[in-house]
Amino acid sequence: MLKGVSLAVRAGEIHALVGENGAGKSTLMNILFGMPVIQETGGYGGEVRLEGTPVRFQSPAEAMEAGLGMVHQEFMLLPGFRIAENIKLNREPARANLLSRVAGRGLRTIDVARMRGDSRRALDQVGLGIDEWLPVAGLPVGHMQFIEIAREVDKERLKLLIFDEPTAVLTETDAERLLHVMRGLAAKGHAILFITHRLDEVLAVADRITVLRDGEVVGTPDPRATTAARIAELMVGRPAAATAHRRPFAAGAEPVLTIEGLRVDMPGERVRDVTLRVASGEILGIGGLAGHGKLGIANGIMGLYPAAGRVSFEGKPLPLQDSRGALGRRLAFVSEDRRGVGLLPEESIELNIALSALEAQGRFLHPFPVPALRLLDHGAMRAHAQEMIRSLDIRCTGPSQQTRRLSGGNQQKVCVARAMTLEPKLLFVSEPTRGIDVGAKQRVLDSLAALNRERGVTLVVTSSELAELRALCDRVAIVYQGRVVAALPPDAPDAAFGLAMAGEPAAA
Amino acid sequence: MRALLRHSVPLLFGALCVFGVVVAEISPSFLLGEMMVRVGRNSLLILSLLIPILAGLGLNFGIVIGAMAGQIAAVLVVHWGVPGIGGFGLAWLLATPIAILFGIATGLLFNKAKGREMVSGLIAGYFANGLYQLLFLFAVGSIIPFHTESMLLPQGYGIRNTVDLSSIQYAVDDLVALRLPVQGINLRVPVVTYGVIAAVCFLTLFFFRTRLGQQLRAMGQDDHVAAIAGIPVERNRVLATVLSTVLASWGQLLFLQNIGTLNTYNSHEQVGMFAIAALLVSGATVSRATVGQALLGAILFHTLFVVSPLAGKALAGDAQIGEYFRVFVAYAVITVALVLHAWQSWASAREAARS
Amino acid sequence: MRVPGALREAGLPRLLIAGFLALLLGVAVATRMDLRSLISDSITRVGRNGILVLALLPAVQGGLGLNFGLPLGIVCGLIGCVVSLNAGIHGPAGLLAASGIGLALSIPAGIGYGWLLNRTRGQEMMVGTYLGFAVVSMMSVFWLLAPFRNPTLVWAIGGRGLRTTLSLGGVFDKVLDRWLSFTVGGITIPSGTLILFAALTFLVWLFFRTRMGITIAAARSHPRFARAAGISDERTRIQASVLSTALGAVGIVVFSQSYGFVQLYTAPLLMAFPAIACILIGGATVTRATIGNVLVGTVLFQSILTVALPVTSQVIQGDISETARLIIQNGMILYALTRIGRT
Repeated sequence: MLKGVSLAVRAGEIHALVGENGAGKSTLMNILFGMPVIQETGGYGGEVRLEGTPVRFQSPAEAMEAGLGMVHQEFMLLPGFRIAENIKLNREPARANLLSRVAGRGLRTIDVARMRGDSRRALDQVGLGIDEWLPVAGLPVGHMQFIEIAREVDKERLKLLIFDEPTAVLTETDAERLLHVMRGLAAKGHAILFITHRLDEVLAVADRITVLRDGEVVGTPDPRATTAARIAELMVGRPAAATAHRRPFAAGAEPVLTIEGLRVDMPGERVRDVTLRVASGEILGIGGLAGHGKLGIANGIMGLYPAAGRVSFEGKPLPLQDSRGALGRRLAFVSEDRRGVGLLPEESIELNIALSALEAQGRFLHPFPVPALRLLDHGAMRAHAQEMIRSLDIRCTGPSQQTRRLSGGNQQKVCVARAMTLEPKLLFVSEPTRGIDVGAKQRVLDSLAALNRERGVTLVVTSSELAELRALCDRVAIVYQGRVVAALPPDAPDAAFGLAMAGEPAAA
Repeated sequence: MRALLRHSVPLLFGALCVFGVVVAEISPSFLLGEMMVRVGRNSLLILSLLIPILAGLGLNFGIVIGAMAGQIAAVLVVHWGVPGIGGFGLAWLLATPIAILFGIATGLLFNKAKGREMVSGLIAGYFANGLYQLLFLFAVGSIIPFHTESMLLPQGYGIRNTVDLSSIQYAVDDLVALRLPVQGINLRVPVVTYGVIAAVCFLTLFFFRTRLGQQLRAMGQDDHVAAIAGIPVERNRVLATVLSTVLASWGQLLFLQNIGTLNTYNSHEQVGMFAIAALLVSGATVSRATVGQALLGAILFHTLFVVSPLAGKALAGDAQIGEYFRVFVAYAVITVALVLHAWQSWASAREAARS
Repeated sequence: MRVPGALREAGLPRLLIAGFLALLLGVAVATRMDLRSLISDSITRVGRNGILVLALLPAVQGGLGLNFGLPLGIVCGLIGCVVSLNAGIHGPAGLLAASGIGLALSIPAGIGYGWLLNRTRGQEMMVGTYLGFAVVSMMSVFWLLAPFRNPTLVWAIGGRGLRTTLSLGGVFDKVLDRWLSFTVGGITIPSGTLILFAALTFLVWLFFRTRMGITIAAARSHPRFARAAGISDERTRIQASVLSTALGAVGIVVFSQSYGFVQLYTAPLLMAFPAIACILIGGATVTRATIGNVLVGTVLFQSILTVALPVTSQVIQGDISETARLIIQNGMILYALTRIGRT
């Protein structure tokens, strides 16, 4: 959702657009490119002007015709085609022939020589010297990114080129080259919109910066006069509003969970080297910008993604990549991916709540010699579900209602209920209030706090809302580029948080 | 060594054929004669499979629907009593628009069943067969007036089980009549038929050098990328299906004019299966096939087809075994191709998810 | 036009089919046909085919889609029948022997099939179809060469190999059908078969309320969730495949005893399709099926098949029921295929 976003990009200028995931960048791009999903969900208000003329594109093809180009995050290349074929995809130069005069322009023969010539020129413009007739399959990632750029640059009518997280998968040297090419293109007069998370890159090349948060423009700092920390603060929110958590918490001698050198291969949230100690009964918060790895920590330990490193729980080593093992040791996880991992939308509330405990601990089953054939104890499952519905205040028509009919907030409560049914000693919760309306947010946080207070469950809460972490947790660790750069008390100054998010740990 | 592995399928089949020929002591002239005829009458059907494969629709099990269009035209032409090449030409003119209509319907179906085109095509073939039976077995002569008594069943409606096509038999084959004496037997060489096949081969090769052909090739690799580049994916899928169906209808007409009789209710049934098996035997896959492979496959498969019952008789004293065996080979080849294709896509999807 | 919820849930094809059945029955009543024999035959056919349709349920619930590879289980059952016949075992013992052997064979077959399906995800239906075809045609060669010597089974004069259809008369023909059977108002009820069908249906229902069954269904509907809960969907899919293949083996034995003949060679090729049409007509989709679907669908489709020929033959010469079967059966499957992802 966007609210009153205004943005202007001048020819020859590099305009950086920054914001968290969900801030509205993709929505803005979809509107610009006339993606069908916008019309399908109600259209948009306001005006988009290209070179002074108002435009309203109905399809990506229209947008491209008018001079918009986009270099995507995931490469839009055909590995089985050659570089030149990719550059000229659906725009191949062609000659008329006998058949085309009869049956239509689609049947003109492709002019391979001109195709190769144009591609050569485009590749030279981006500084890539390889043979344009090579197949794309097997080329290094860096080359593919530049081929994408070459494709856009080859479009003669190109006026505005949008880069969507172009350096996300590049090595440092390739990223440098990309920024260099970007400057070159701007110098030639193209207008460039640069979407990125990497604040150092923004400061390196941007002429102007727009920061989006929750669908609104929250600032347009001058790149020459601002710092990464300041930008990070803008992206993440106004920390001062919420009251900081106040609770005297003395960590025990032995940490209940020790993480050393954790690496997790979660696409988009890679963890490179995380070391943390969690005290028993603590509420630890994990924060940081999107894509820097905070979500990967819990996912890795609970075995959803490949992970390596040393983790020990209650003094004993915990094997990684073993979901069942983790559940067996009384660790539980409420995933950020509610729909993908969190719920069975077609099934009833009571089954959802009971399922993990049923699988991992054999609860809610009638006794029977053959464990695999134990029958479901429907009565016990229902009674338990009703207890959970009551204590978490889940708004529903009854325990047998399908979970997909519940609102986001209540679905989240079902996920929490399922985790609680496992009677864990330590609970990981990721994005507990994402997609939940304001009223319900507090209730979810309160129930988590109650879980910790009344049942002594250690909590590790990962969230992109710094304010909520500061309000709930005893400590907040900040993750930057896959490493923990700081573990701050919730009432530390805002600047400390801002700096940590931008990768600069505060001076001791 | 790597070349041997890559071409393992056609090599294996070649070996099997040679083994069979030797064991059954088949005379070369007989084999040559049979091959000339069979390859001539089946190749077009096999060629009709190429475009959908390259467009990413997989194996078009729905070509049987195109064959039905051809058969409807053939029945009409015989009914109207138009003989020879004129009759065949008329059949061709009639079959094409029918096949276009059928192809559009099938193509739209494929668009609704993305990812399951092959199963849908298979079932659509069976379903269309039901409609075809409804038409030919019950509607013709009752709801649809039809006065050629000799073609109707005794009850007064419904086409007979076999329709005599001798009026248009060899219409194309013998358009330029050529006989080749080999080892004492006068072999019929269907010159024009092969000319038609060659023309279609060239057209296909030419097609893939046009912009439209390039669009289809792009779709065959990744239709998401193709869509982003502005290629009208949905429309092109229907187009590819139409082209395939039309070629199949022509292919069936060529087949029928050589055989000379129409088994009204059976001729088309195994068309899809045999054509697909023949293509796959050459080493083509669900996602990649060339004109050369179509022709090679025709030769290999039909050699095996001829040789198998004879080898069965020589080896085990029972030709029946050979017949079952060749059907088994066809099914097995298709199964293996489907498994390989699915296994590869699954394995690469898993890789992509990991990286 | 506001269509009442229940009707909309039922879907157009199902309504059309139910309507068609009602029409046929209406005509039967109007022309004063012997309804009793029609009903008898329908009930017999439901019992005969029921277990084969039931066999599809575990596959759908396990995430394998519609089990077009049912012929695999059928072939196991056929081998059981042939071995039992060859050994000359009579009566219920023969039935039990056939089922036992079929079951025993179906377990490794199901495991292998499941293993293959795990590696061909997304194309299970196509792979199953052609694997089924290939196995049936391989078996055709086998039936010709097989070392069975019992004179009632092999071709009498000259030829070699098993006959195309083997008569069960005097061996275990209708053993189940006649067990406890009774006649009510002129309608003969094949109780034995129906009891077995009901018992197996109940067991399947019960199974999906056990830990193993719940696990299998959870893995199907949400593979990633299942992984987070520590469930391996490799294992559950193989379990579902074994169950489906085993029921297929038992199903064909029951079918054969009801029909009175064991059909070899190419008969099993297309046996999966009517069963699949049954379960779809009953309301199942490619990703979800219930016991109710099995029952409703079998009753509807088998009744149409039974009733269509006698009723229409009064008016139309020629077997329109076969054509109708092709259209209804394949139309239903086609409809289901186009609705994937739109539960």
